[in-house]
Amino acid sequence: MTDTTTEAAHTAADAANTVADTAHDAAAAVAHGAADVAAHGAEAGGAAMPQLDPSTFSNQIFWLLVTLVVIYFVLSRIALPRISAVLAERSGTISNDIAAAEELKVRAVEAEAAYDKALADARTEAARIVAEAKAAIQADLDAEIAKADAAIAAKTAESEKAIAEIRANALTSVTEVAKDTAAAVIEALGGAADAAAVDAAVAAQMKG
Amino acid sequence: MGKTDVATEAHGESTGLVFHPLDQFKVTPLFGDGPVAFYTITNATLWMAIAVLCVIAVFVLGSRGRALVPSRSQSIAELFYGFIYKMVEDVTGHDGVKYFPYIFTAFLFIFFANFLGLLPLSFTPTSHIAVTAVLGFGVFFIVTIIGFVKNGVHFLGLFWMSDAPLALRPIIAVIEVISYFVRPVSHSIRLAGNITAGHAMIKVFAGFAAIAAVAPAAVVAISAAYALEVLVAGIQAYVFTILTCIYLKDALHPAH
Repeated sequence: MTDTTTEAAHTAADAANTVADTAHDAAAAVAHGAADVAAHGAEAGGAAMPQLDPSTFSNQIFWLLVTLVVIYFVLSRIALPRISAVLAERSGTISNDIAAAEELKVRAVEAEAAYDKALADARTEAARIVAEAKAAIQADLDAEIAKADAAIAAKTAESEKAIAEIRANALTSVTEVAKDTAAAVIEALGGAADAAAVDAAVAAQMKG
Repeated sequence: MGKTDVATEAHGESTGLVFHPLDQFKVTPLFGDGPVAFYTITNATLWMAIAVLCVIAVFVLGSRGRALVPSRSQSIAELFYGFIYKMVEDVTGHDGVKYFPYIFTAFLFIFFANFLGLLPLSFTPTSHIAVTAVLGFGVFFIVTIIGFVKNGVHFLGLFWMSDAPLALRPIIAVIEVISYFVRPVSHSIRLAGNITAGHAMIKVFAGFAAIAAVAPAAVVAISAAYALEVLVAGIQAYVFTILTCIYLKDALHPAH
């Protein structure tokens, strides 16, 4: 009796197992099929976006963080100090160069001013020398002119004296000639020449 | 059943028109074929590592000469440095400059990831919302903490428009608070969305190139889209960085 019962129980259990197995298999098959379909769909360009697949999130986030940390350390430890030092050095050099250029420019302006001053000095000096030379020449000239004037004046005086002498001689000659002529005329007319009267008459004529 | 049919149909066309525009975003292990654990070396790891190598190449090898008159590679490093440094200084003011290395790190990662992603067969880490959300929410939390540490309760003045009419201030404050909390979402989705859309678009055009009749047009379209993507790669790195600077400025100087 007990045996039969046990056997029956066994059979029942077996049956149940089989059912369960079948169900399990079926479920597995369905799940598999669904997965296949999903994979298929994705492969065919279906709705499944790889971006929305959460199974890859942790991987991407982990490697992203690693990447960012590596980039950050490469930059902050090596690259950025180096580049900022180079840039600072460059701007320092440039501002130094600009300052030097400014200084040179100032010096050039100074040199130009000195040159201009020297030129102006030379010009005034030249003008002064010219003026001096002119004055000296003028003085010489004046002296020579004065000398010449004096010589001319002396010559003129001498000439005038000679002319006056000649004139005086001429006058005397004229008077004598007049007297002689008058006496001769009187004689020719048959008169007797009174020397005194002739002299008086000639003198009177000569005055007039 | 229906789904399987659609899938088979899509597959059936594989001799002609095939679109796998999203395959390029798959994260797969580089070695072996197991599940993707957090430490698994995947294609994402590879391309992030290449970005790191690029940073090292430009900023460590490039600036190696420390030349007063820079070489070409040193000029590139200095150009990046000057560009971001000036941006940080202009936007956040002088007290924001000490955060420059962190901002520069984010910029360089995004910049190099974006541009390396434009290489054929490459993987673009910044096309994944998981990556950009870490960056966006990272900026959000750090900036918020800086705001409270630097200004204490006055940081809440950011939400209280003292020059608005008194009656409107609570309403504006609610809007400001909402917009403040939307910031990290838009900050991260903007980047991932732009990069994903561009790459998917190029892939779709590439799919059309398999048909001889439209292939020339597809090639022209790919070229045009690629040029646009080059622009987007730079602009998105720039936008992410300048928004970070603006958020940092809000945290340092919350008063309106």
